[in-house]
Amino acid sequence: MEPLSTVEIIVQTLIRFWPTWTAIAVTLIVCYVIRDKLGVVGRLYGSSVGLWGAVLVLFWIFTAVFADLIAIQPALEQSFAPGMKKALPGTGFMKDLDDGTQVAVYYLWGGDNLARDLFSRVVYGSQVVLIIAPTATLIAYMVGSTLGLPAGYYLGWMDTLMSFLANLVLAFPVILLFYLLVTPEVNEVKLIPIGPINLPWSLPIGMAAFFFLFPIIFLCTMWYTKYEKNAQKLGLYIGATLVIGLWLYSGLVFNRDPLGFVGMAPNELNVFAAVILGSSPGVFRIVRGLTMDIKTRDYVAAAQTRGERPWYIMLWEILPNARGPLIVDFCLRIGYTTILLGTLGFFGLGLSPESPDWGSMINHGRAFVRLASTVHLSLFPAIALMTLVLGLNLLADGLREESLKD
Amino acid sequence: MLMFILRRLGTMFITMVALTFIVFYLVNLPGNLEKLAKTEGNMRMTDEQVDAWLEKEGFKRPFVTRYVEWLGNTLQGDMGYSRVFRKQVSAVVGERLGYTGILMFWVMIVMVPGALIVGVLAGMREGSILDRSLSVGSITSTSAPEYVTGIIFTVIFASSLGLLKGIASTRSITIENFTLPVMTMAIYGMGYIARMTRASMAEVMTSQYIRTARLKGLNFRTVVLKHALRNALIAPFTVIMLQFPWLLTGVVIVETMFNYKGFGWALVQAAGNNDINMLLAISWVAVIVVLLTQLISDIGYAYLNPRIRVK
Repeated sequence: MEPLSTVEIIVQTLIRFWPTWTAIAVTLIVCYVIRDKLGVVGRLYGSSVGLWGAVLVLFWIFTAVFADLIAIQPALEQSFAPGMKKALPGTGFMKDLDDGTQVAVYYLWGGDNLARDLFSRVVYGSQVVLIIAPTATLIAYMVGSTLGLPAGYYLGWMDTLMSFLANLVLAFPVILLFYLLVTPEVNEVKLIPIGPINLPWSLPIGMAAFFFLFPIIFLCTMWYTKYEKNAQKLGLYIGATLVIGLWLYSGLVFNRDPLGFVGMAPNELNVFAAVILGSSPGVFRIVRGLTMDIKTRDYVAAAQTRGERPWYIMLWEILPNARGPLIVDFCLRIGYTTILLGTLGFFGLGLSPESPDWGSMINHGRAFVRLASTVHLSLFPAIALMTLVLGLNLLADGLREESLKD
Repeated sequence: MLMFILRRLGTMFITMVALTFIVFYLVNLPGNLEKLAKTEGNMRMTDEQVDAWLEKEGFKRPFVTRYVEWLGNTLQGDMGYSRVFRKQVSAVVGERLGYTGILMFWVMIVMVPGALIVGVLAGMREGSILDRSLSVGSITSTSAPEYVTGIIFTVIFASSLGLLKGIASTRSITIENFTLPVMTMAIYGMGYIARMTRASMAEVMTSQYIRTARLKGLNFRTVVLKHALRNALIAPFTVIMLQFPWLLTGVVIVETMFNYKGFGWALVQAAGNNDINMLLAISWVAVIVVLLTQLISDIGYAYLNPRIRVK
């Protein structure tokens, strides 16, 4: 079969992304119409840099959402046609379907060393990255806030201790930490019988068990301080948080979901634990700094005079007022987490080798990068990772500039 | 000032002990020891043989005893024998650090002046077209980690154009060999330092004494070079120093990617083959480098900024 020309590859790629383009257009138009109600986000329309960032981020979000529509074939499907291994972009072959007919399939961005479609893998990779990076960042935020707020509010020995621990993690070379945490020997899962069930246990599971507790603690404290007087609402919110939280907790951390819905491969859990450990000290420091700054404001003094409890003040007075810098930092930090995730993949640590996440793909492709005919193996995932991080950074920059205008 | 330095040194020492303790714990987990026994002995050892081997090599003694012993030896400069490199660890670390030092020297030579120039040019006239384009450039460079820029540069300059080499050798340091690794590392750090410099420069340019100097009739060039620059460069100094821990990760990535056999490459070898003594020595050195740069950055900041020095 005749391979596609460069122009045809570009056109077909653009066409394949049609669900993404449609969704971006719809989102941008809807947001433009209601921009006055969106606060800082609505004002992004005034800054071209921020808008470009938002478009790049939306591009990858919608690609992840509509991956099944966009991808040519499943991420792990191999082609057994001759010449599809490390095939150049635009190479095609006749694929046998189940009903005996044949259909022409083109590998728009070429095939990898196992004759899988790079285009589909990059598209599915966005799912992996966009699930792990924001979730890990969010949990890191909960950990960092739950510890940073009291540290900045009370100061004293607790602050000294926690700052010491945060600096400890920050002084540790991230890469060495990853190597030590993610090696198979450290991760060997032991089963500890507790009553009727065998509880799986290893160091990363322990760490994840510790980190994943924080969202539950954080939300429960939030509801308790707000609705202390309103028993009905309090019961409802705390009950809901506990039921959903503990359900997810049992599934995600111990892979023992009683309903069997939620679960995570042990590899993924290790990556989660490592990434959260790597980024929560940074969150701790920024939240602590903001708390120390905001607690001198008048509205905090007013709340203290009203006799509000310290945790109410921290969670409902200080935290909402720190949201500006925190949102900007959150965007930047998702980018940073994406880079960390890629670093793990690059060293072949963490996620399973066949996983289509971009870091692992770069790792597998880099052996072939010195030959002009096989550069696409690592080039496309590298560009994908870069555009996502670039989008997040530009978005953060735009948000910062717009929020400074207040 | 002396008290300040002493206190920092005290914290540094505690941090160092705590971190090496953690590393010591992690590399001595049962799974790691078992693997070590099997690679040293033979792969088909039974559990009893593994136990006997560990007993013989002294791995069965209490954990704290072994840690204290290791700490004592290390402080005397004896870091043990590397099982992967088949040499004394201190010799390997010294040699590899030397190679990485050469690489880092060139990275610094390219990165620091480049970043400062970009930052000063961008911050000089805030909001101008020059500022906007340089800022977007800096954001782009911070968005591309070493393993992305490394790939892209190799594709462009080595694979397609054939101008440079995609492999760096420790034996011959030529422009052909060294440009790609140096560029790759410099670019990622450059964006960050440039943005800090820009912010600091922009702040200085709005201050009263700059306005006075301008109103006095001095031309823009003189104001920037003589008045603004000195104050604007205090903040970037700390940032540059604090970049070292980041650069360490970069070193590991770049050395792996370009097969440059320096410190980062040794780290990967040691970690991949569970070379306990080597890993401990590497984390020891890495932590010292990180903490020392933090100390220098603190002292330097206090020294450069009269407001803090007088206090």
